[in-house]
Amino acid sequence: MSNEAVLHAHSGVASSHDAGGHHEHHHHETFITKYVFSQDHKMIAKQFLITGMVWAVLGGLMSVLFRLQLGYPDSTFPWLEDILGKWAKGGRITPEAYYALVTTHGTVLVFFVLTAGLSGTFANFLIPLQVGARDMASPFLNMLSYWFFFSASVVMLSSLFVETGPFSGGWTAYPPLSALHDASPGSKTGMDLWIISMALFVVSSLLGGLNYIVTILNMRTKGMSMTRLPLTIWALFFTAVLGVLSFPVLLSGFILLIFDRNFGTSFYLSDIFVNGVGALPNEGGSAILFQHLFWFLGHPEVYIILLPAMGMVSEILSVNSRKPIFGYMAMVGSLFAIAILAFLVWAHHMFVTGLNPFLGSIFVLLTLLIAVPSAIKVFNWLTTLWRGNVRFTPGMMFAIGFVSLFISGGLTGIWLGNSALDVHLHDTMFVVAHFHIVMGVASMFGMFAGIYHWYPKMFGRYLNNTLAYIHFWITMAGAYLIFWPMHYEGLAGMPRRYYSYEQWESFKNFGDLNRFISTVAMIVFAAQILFLLNFFYSIWKGRKVTNQNPWGSNTLEWTAPIRPGHGNWPGEIPEVHRWAYDYGKDGKEFIPQTTPVGADESHH
Amino acid sequence: MYLIIAVIILVFLIIFQIAKASEYVAVLKGEEQNRKQTNKVNGFLMFGFMIMGLIGVWYCNELYFKKTLLALPSASEQGEKIDSMLWVTLAITGVVFIITQIILFWFAFRYQESDKRKVYFFHESNKLELLWTVVPAIFLTVLVVIGLRNWNYITGGPPEGSNPLRVEVTGAQFKWIFRYPGKDDQFGKKYYKVIDNANNSLGLVWRDSAALNMKDDPATHDDIVMESTVYVVKDRPVKFIIGSRDVIHDVGLSQFRMKMDAVPGIPTTLWFTPKYTTTEMKKITGNPDFIYEISCDQMCGNSHYAMRGIVQVVTQEEFDVWMAKQKPAYYDAFPEKDPAKKDTAAVKGPLAVVPAKK
Ligand code: HEM
Ligand SMILES: [Cu+2]
Ligand SMILES: [Cu+2]
Repeated sequence: MSNEAVLHAHSGVASSHDAGGHHEHHHHETFITKYVFSQDHKMIAKQFLITGMVWAVLGGLMSVLFRLQLGYPDSTFPWLEDILGKWAKGGRITPEAYYALVTTHGTVLVFFVLTAGLSGTFANFLIPLQVGARDMASPFLNMLSYWFFFSASVVMLSSLFVETGPFSGGWTAYPPLSALHDASPGSKTGMDLWIISMALFVVSSLLGGLNYIVTILNMRTKGMSMTRLPLTIWALFFTAVLGVLSFPVLLSGFILLIFDRNFGTSFYLSDIFVNGVGALPNEGGSAILFQHLFWFLGHPEVYIILLPAMGMVSEILSVNSRKPIFGYMAMVGSLFAIAILAFLVWAHHMFVTGLNPFLGSIFVLLTLLIAVPSAIKVFNWLTTLWRGNVRFTPGMMFAIGFVSLFISGGLTGIWLGNSALDVHLHDTMFVVAHFHIVMGVASMFGMFAGIYHWYPKMFGRYLNNTLAYIHFWITMAGAYLIFWPMHYEGLAGMPRRYYSYEQWESFKNFGDLNRFISTVAMIVFAAQILFLLNFFYSIWKGRKVTNQNPWGSNTLEWTAPIRPGHGNWPGEIPEVHRWAYDYGKDGKEFIPQTTPVGADESHH
Repeated sequence: MYLIIAVIILVFLIIFQIAKASEYVAVLKGEEQNRKQTNKVNGFLMFGFMIMGLIGVWYCNELYFKKTLLALPSASEQGEKIDSMLWVTLAITGVVFIITQIILFWFAFRYQESDKRKVYFFHESNKLELLWTVVPAIFLTVLVVIGLRNWNYITGGPPEGSNPLRVEVTGAQFKWIFRYPGKDDQFGKKYYKVIDNANNSLGLVWRDSAALNMKDDPATHDDIVMESTVYVVKDRPVKFIIGSRDVIHDVGLSQFRMKMDAVPGIPTTLWFTPKYTTTEMKKITGNPDFIYEISCDQMCGNSHYAMRGIVQVVTQEEFDVWMAKQKPAYYDAFPEKDPAKKDTAAVKGPLAVVPAKK
């Protein structure tokens, strides 16, 4: 089926206009169909992005609040009681509130910001534009995907306001803590809402993911063979595959949890005596089973977060080095290897659960194997810069920052993947440092890189560069200042998820460091507000884009009009004649994918 | 408070205005020229960041290394192996870290845009790619081999004939309960449904119960149960048999470099050989308040952060003296059977059986 026909079948919007060769939309679009229940992938992308940004602010704010407790454990802040009420009696966050904040922060950042906000945004925005399609395979399912995410958001948000508080057992939600209403106040209504929200979220991811896969496989424009796809698309493709194969497993884990919570089954429960309640009837379940189901998604999930960032960084590094990406096939191959291995390493999160030691050894081997494709990617990025002509656009700055962070955090993965060392480091601040650097901050950098790079395409305006550079340098320095010293806390054995270390002889002497980290965290948070101001101000007041291809880029999205309508290209969809990375070839600065191969062109 | 908010907003506004103004200036001066200038500045900053970053890494180490456990000897024999493995890993990843970060920022700085440079159209080299597939693979193999040797050692259990001390460790919201097998060297049966917070916190089976189809297990009668502090012996392997009464906890023993989850319904084990008594460790650390702590390392509820246990490492003689003073938990539940109280509590005839000696 051609793009035209597909789109016609589903929305009937663009194709009729193409036939007439009109350049903009004359038909009636109400506010609702254009901005709310839009089926245009570009609008849906923006919806994902802005919802993700709202969550990023909320999640970030939560981290500032709980860092306040860690950094200033003996100070009180009366204004906290003003905003949090009973959760901050006397101006100090209570343990209940602390754990609720940590849990919500983790859940929201991992799933709502770095999954929906990142791949939701860029898969939607870039796939049709870069493969040369008028829209997603199913614009309607795509719209549903956003609205499921939106409802997940609403439910999660409402859980913050229930009497017993939101769920507070950590983003991994291990039962029995998460299964027993009486084990913790957060495991009452808060947990029900948490699961409902997550279930809705899984539906959203599946709808989105299937759509992305089908679009990439079936709707590439003429000449766009798989090996001519930009690396962004490859990355988004593997991301979607990972999601589609692993989210259902998570959902099944949640369903069993719902049964254990509400219908008296014993999938995860056995031999339990709860204080204040007494012995429970459940016998024969395994609490570890949930961890297997969780991490079977959980580990792929970290790559679901990371791969889109890797893809965008590859693209942005190449464009702004004015040089082809080094080792295109190796880049695709390593993405593939990572995607496969991502399914085979989940138990490295479970080395100290009493896992069979032999099984543990296998997981050590497979885990450290992932470091090989990761190393290939790093060296290929470095070689891409070598003898290039580097333009430090804000997107490029964040892309370079990404590589730096990925190196730093990937290397500590080698420590944790080795089970004997993990016995020492598991669940300490070392792990917190590892995954924030390699996943949290690095993927955030990928996201910022993407936003800065494609903002002109999204809104037809530029972001302010000066603000962008300030934003970059504060965030870059801040990320390292916050998370680098945490390795030392971990090496001192400091456990994670502690409300206070003051009563511990072994861990209490990092008070000054904790204060420092909390202070930097607030500054970095303020810098993100600066970014938000820039973002929203520039949507309406930014400098207008006048150049259809402002970065001198080869990919298809820059052949569309500056403000593309629904359907993306007013006339025919362009045909593709080459890969996306002919930069600096035969003395030409760049050769767009739409340029036919010349007779005298050198071969590569 | 309002003042702070006002100041923050003011700072934001100023930055914002400057940023806008610089945009207008750029347009006036000629955008291309302005862009090139900014490029130079950022290229320079990249280089500066690298230098500052490397200094920062060194400085951070200066400040905090001495606070980590690496500055102290490991308190267990097993931990020494883990420490040495940690050093090897640190050496390898440290070298890679420094080299790659320098290359990254150096390339960014060195190859910043210049009108003179013609980019090198270079997009493939099987030789190079093979190089950076094989070399990391070799180093990783070395790490895996070291790692698995240690892993097998620490998960293998105490060697035959090492006469390990066996202690059962149970996590409960939010405390640690320890049990020694007592004179018979056997842990009596327990069943969670007979747990009673008043005097049977582990649910030891020391009563007949037709309803639960259970018979009094005499092996429980000499089991010694205590909370918060556990005594272990220097140079003698200790094996913890770990479980939980409610949610998942984790026995975290940072000075011994050990850790194991406490899972309800599924017992786990952990063993190590303490090297220094608590008293010796006070000297080594120079901290008169030093104490070996058990930290709960698995999120278990709102007092997770306060789930603290203590390990007292003592010599065998001290341990024997201490042990002799302990009273089986059975007598707390059945005071009338306590031989120590026999003289006071009138003669109870044949009921006052002394627990099986064996
Ligand atoms: C490349 C991107 C990576 C991402 C996004 C990532 C993400 C994460 C996350 C989120 C955790 C924390 C889980 C938790 O305890 O709640 C984690 C832990 C872990 N990571 Fe990574 N990681 C990455 C790379 C690596 C690499 C390359 C390795 C190994 C070579 C690795 C090995 C581990 C291990 C073993 C743990 C468990 C540590 C523990 O819980 O004690 N990671 N990682
Ligand atoms: Cu993982
Ligand atoms: Cu705990």
